[in-house]
Amino acid sequence: MGLLRLFGVILGRDLRVGLRRWTDATNSALFFILVVTLFPLALSPKAEALRAIAPGVLWIAALLASLLSLHLLFRSDLEDGTLEQLLTLPYPLGWMLLAKITAHWLITGIPVVVVAPVLAITYHLPASALGILTLTLLLGTPTLSLVGSIGAALTAGLRGSGVLLAFIVAPMMLPVPILGARATDLALAGENPTGPIYLMGALLLLAVSLAPVVAAGAVRVSAD
Amino acid sequence: METRLLAGTELTLWRGTTLLFDALSLNLGPGEALLINGPNGAGKTSLLRVLAGLTVPDGGAVTWNSRSLQAALRTAALRLAFSGHSLALKPELNAHENLNFYARLSGDPERIDEVLATTGLSDCATLPVRLLSAGQKRRVSLARLLLSDTELWLLDEPQTNLDTAGRDLLEQVIATHLQRGGMLVVAAHQALDLGRGAVTRLTLGVN
Repeated sequence: MGLLRLFGVILGRDLRVGLRRWTDATNSALFFILVVTLFPLALSPKAEALRAIAPGVLWIAALLASLLSLHLLFRSDLEDGTLEQLLTLPYPLGWMLLAKITAHWLITGIPVVVVAPVLAITYHLPASALGILTLTLLLGTPTLSLVGSIGAALTAGLRGSGVLLAFIVAPMMLPVPILGARATDLALAGENPTGPIYLMGALLLLAVSLAPVVAAGAVRVSAD
Repeated sequence: METRLLAGTELTLWRGTTLLFDALSLNLGPGEALLINGPNGAGKTSLLRVLAGLTVPDGGAVTWNSRSLQAALRTAALRLAFSGHSLALKPELNAHENLNFYARLSGDPERIDEVLATTGLSDCATLPVRLLSAGQKRRVSLARLLLSDTELWLLDEPQTNLDTAGRDLLEQVIATHLQRGGMLVVAAHQALDLGRGAVTRLTLGVN
């Protein structure tokens, strides 16, 4: 079987399972909405103040939402024996995991990318910055899922690993929200945001090429 | 003609501070079956996992035609079907969808309906697997085995939850696999009739 078809078979199965477990899919986006809407209540409803904190708040909320859903990435596959089956197949494990990570991002990451601009409007973010915010989320959230997959693979066999997982992967994820918020800030100030955006693209490529391989090694250990 | 031989040499495995087996050697050729007996905790499942390449033994090695098992699996020189305690079924998907996934990865998706009929699952093929009984789930896992076109089957307590008809079906399926020149390693503590083929018995947990 060709690698592309293999990718499609695994992606299709995971999307189907993910959509039937729709609470998992919506939890991430709901948590994101909750965090973002709470900030103005605690700080200040003034347009100026909100606009200034919007990029940082939205990006940190996206990071937290990603961390919240990560422990689900390999857990059920490890528990029900699906990973054992994948491990005995004559296909590259990293590639199969990349398909699983893609499905996970489509289910938990895309809803965040979709609701973020709507929430940003309530923060009085101008239209010029909305596009950049969405673009950085589109580039950054897959990186978060990819980097997070390493921690998810390492901790899949552990009980109550949610917080441990966050501590393992958060330091590696931090460049993403920093660059994403910076690019949005620059757009907000009417300056050229391409620098941080290029860096985010580079991080995504790096994560796509390395994270699945590292996660594959970790999955082998977790499944032993 | 190339010899086809699965060999474990001097296999040693520790689990924590317990030595499960020490310097265990075994050979398995086409049409041969290995039946692993032994009390609970003796290491039957661990041995199967070693033979599936899921667990790396602390000593010794598993080889396929003198090549390492990992290399043989990676290059599809040897293809195996592993059926463990976990049935690898998604409770949200129905039996047909579950089987379709594995058949497309390793097997023939065209034969799903035929195999569902053989295993007596035609009537419940469209129900989510979480609604099936334990025995029906085990039958779905048996159907996955039937769909796979692999030559080495590693089965861990395959009779669990099966009714009498299910056990007969299992024995029949195994006999067909062995007649075709397949290989089988099965861990079982209940009587399992493996037919007239060459059966080696291995009892773990006795010194």
